[in-house]
Amino acid sequence: MKIEVLGTGCAKCMSVEQNVKKALAELAVQAEVEKVTDIQQMIQRGVMSTPALVIDGKVVFQGKNPTVDQLKHFIQGT
Amino acid sequence: MSSDVQRRPAAGKGVKRPAGKWVFWLLVTLAAVAGWWLVYSSIERFASWLVYGALGMSAGNRLASAIAFFVYESPKVLMLLLVVVFGVGIIRSFFTPERTRRLLAGRREALGNVLGSLLGVVTPFCSCSAVPLFIGFVTTGVPLGVTFSFLIAAPMINEVALVLLFGLFGWKVAALYLGTGLVIAMIAGWVIGKLRLEGWVEGWVYATPPASSTAGPEARMSWAERFALGRDAVKDIVGKVWPYVLAGIAVGAGIHGYVPQDLMASIMGKGAWWSVPLAVIIGIPMYSNAAGIIPIVQALLDKGAALGTVLAFMMSVIGLSLPEMIILRKVLKMPLIATFVGVVGFGILVVGYLFNIVL
Repeated sequence: MKIEVLGTGCAKCMSVEQNVKKALAELAVQAEVEKVTDIQQMIQRGVMSTPALVIDGKVVFQGKNPTVDQLKHFIQGT
Repeated sequence: MSSDVQRRPAAGKGVKRPAGKWVFWLLVTLAAVAGWWLVYSSIERFASWLVYGALGMSAGNRLASAIAFFVYESPKVLMLLLVVVFGVGIIRSFFTPERTRRLLAGRREALGNVLGSLLGVVTPFCSCSAVPLFIGFVTTGVPLGVTFSFLIAAPMINEVALVLLFGLFGWKVAALYLGTGLVIAMIAGWVIGKLRLEGWVEGWVYATPPASSTAGPEARMSWAERFALGRDAVKDIVGKVWPYVLAGIAVGAGIHGYVPQDLMASIMGKGAWWSVPLAVIIGIPMYSNAAGIIPIVQALLDKGAALGTVLAFMMSVIGLSLPEMIILRKVLKMPLIATFVGVVGFGILVVGYLFNIVL
């Protein structure tokens, strides 16, 4: 599984990245977490508000800062 | 995103929505509103009871008048803030930048500017995503001027500022702020569009290929989810601004109790023509402290400052912010940023003078 956190480097984006790692640890799921700060890449994926989360190439949310529990649902695909 | 994809998850998810749930939410809302109103309407009695009754202070006392101001204003403003931020959170759950972009793409100028400003108020927007949003807009056919109308209105019309103005100055000033803020965003965006400044946008912006894939599921939200978003907005915004609000009201209380009447008339009054431009210039580098500044300004107004000057000051504090310009520098060349500041600043100046003359 590949998880990308799209963000311009604001406080919310960092919080999403940390919470994703926390959620992965709690779920005991292995995944590659990558931070994307390149704006052109964001536009390519149709993302206009940050932070956004991309799992295996699919944008699951944008412009949100979900809790660890909510992130678990995204990671488990529920 | 094709409408087909959009509908499918909604149909799968939201088939069963028992009527009992609606009644439940309605009752919860009504109970909350009633409880809120009960507390809100008894703040004034409580404050005067506390200061003049329980603490036994005499009515003419300066300290008493400062304390009474604080004890009355802080719970009042915080309670208004709760309700409005919650309500705005729910309204914003109906809008996304993506939907706004689709509404604005390919609009003709004048109408587009009006729509762009209005959508700027209700679309959830954080200045940290100003850059991707700007590119997303201009590369998919939203005219530059319309994009600017959106970008000007979004920070300028701020729900926290609106609440504070309503709470401390009354609904007329709050309405003036809302109305003039929108007009500035419409006209400034229209002017920037007419000037044809696309050449002052960084070259790579227009070279960015528009989205190859569409983003984000846009499943229909349930009311429970919208309420949750409202609650999140309260936690996020009120949780952040309350210390500034209280600090601002405290300073305001000090001015209220101790600064002699009409001292400000000579400095910030109608007679001082230079007070409006000065207010705008001082306001630009100040940022995000709108919450703390308004109560102070209210106290100044009380001591003879002119309303137009006060409005101009507030608008330049929240509408033109240095951090946002630094962020936008990534996509705009300096002359365009300067034009943007100039046009908006001029608009604020006109509003300031207008109200000083009319009122």
